[in-house]
Amino acid sequence: MLTKRIIPCLDVKDGRVVKGVQFVHLRDAGDPVEQAQIYGEEAADELVFLDITASHEQRGLTLEMARRVAETVFIPFTVGGGIGSVDDMRAIIATGADKVSINTAAVRDPDLITQGARAFGSNAVVVAIDARRCVGGSQLTWETTTHGGRRRTGLDAIEWAVECERRGAGEILLTSMDCDGTKAGYDVELTKTVADAVSIPVIASGGAGALEHFYDVLTTGCADAALVASLFHFREMSIAQVKTYLAGRGVWVRR
Amino acid sequence: MIERLRIAIVDAGIGNLRSVQKGFEHVGVSPVPTDDPVVIADAHAVVLPGVASFGDGMAGLRARGLDSAILAVIERGVPFLGICVGLQLLFGSSEEMGTHRGLGILPGQVKRFSASLTVPHMGWNQLEQQRPHPLLANIPDGAFVYFANSYHAVTDDESIIVATTEYGTHFPSVVARDNVWAIQFHPEKSQETGLTMLRNFVENVYDRLPGH
Repeated sequence: MLTKRIIPCLDVKDGRVVKGVQFVHLRDAGDPVEQAQIYGEEAADELVFLDITASHEQRGLTLEMARRVAETVFIPFTVGGGIGSVDDMRAIIATGADKVSINTAAVRDPDLITQGARAFGSNAVVVAIDARRCVGGSQLTWETTTHGGRRRTGLDAIEWAVECERRGAGEILLTSMDCDGTKAGYDVELTKTVADAVSIPVIASGGAGALEHFYDVLTTGCADAALVASLFHFREMSIAQVKTYLAGRGVWVRR
Repeated sequence: MIERLRIAIVDAGIGNLRSVQKGFEHVGVSPVPTDDPVVIADAHAVVLPGVASFGDGMAGLRARGLDSAILAVIERGVPFLGICVGLQLLFGSSEEMGTHRGLGILPGQVKRFSASLTVPHMGWNQLEQQRPHPLLANIPDGAFVYFANSYHAVTDDESIIVATTEYGTHFPSVVARDNVWAIQFHPEKSQETGLTMLRNFVENVYDRLPGH
């Protein structure tokens, strides 16, 4: 049976990890390879590197990082952040990365999803959707945002997810901008609504703070995977702990 | 000398061969990605990976004359490993985006997973070993490997099935007949289990060399 995935997310800038494992004994806490190895040994099912490099000139450092990760860590990984064209995608895939994640660029030009899926296969194209709850209205709805939640798009998040699938996305990385950083739990309703609307896998993101949050989003929320950032980096919780807990409650995980 | 093995990775121009290449480098060999039928004919072993679609894969092989090069090395008994779409291409046909004819080396077809399932089948799933095989040496039954596939092989010939995996149905995830071995998952993304398989393949190639 297919297992539910637990996926740590690392923020990288200029080829260095700026948000990752906080270990006192790390020789170099900014080294993406060392970080990826730690998570690989802890049975992380995949890794996501979110590139927050501001300047276009430094993008080469991200590619170099991805090449080194692919040489040393034999689990799948995704690179996202600042990808705006098929050429950007190609450069990342060529390093040995498995998937690219696109967000703002996909909203601006949905055809990028189609082109990416055609060039690299759907399995390599993840669309990241940053969704925010709409206030007012009789029915609960979510709006797609970009630029880290700062910009509204007027796009209904559920309809946008369906459109992404239709255009060939292989997965949806769904972040709740309401829950992100709160540690109060994933947005289970949002996740379930999207998972019911599409037939591709949905990765839930934003809000993990306690063990039961994982259980809730992977069962009631129907997510295929759960993304985690700071909770793991600061060792408030380990992947092993999460997986042991999930297995104890009957969720199928790889250990 | 295992590092001197000439292993050709068939490049049909459809996908990223870099990660497969890195997996092999990790187990001590230096495979060469190539779209040259001469290089393929001269190799000690041939690997057919694939990350794009079945139709594009077959078209890419035919356009470069690689389909006949593959058939010729298989006929000569050269060790052959198909990976992911590289497994699917060995079968007779696929229904992926229209019907496409495959290499027809193994009996069977390639079908899409049931519409009631989440597709692609993406993530870690288990190998249910159906019979012993050198590719699975030192790998426990039930080991996890990483999949990313929307299609799977279907065959009536149970003798070629080495391992199956459950996803709505029990589909063949490792198949083998004589010198033709193939796996549906990504060994270079399956940590120790996948690397062990690559090592098993390479060692088997080495052991078959004349004078060894």
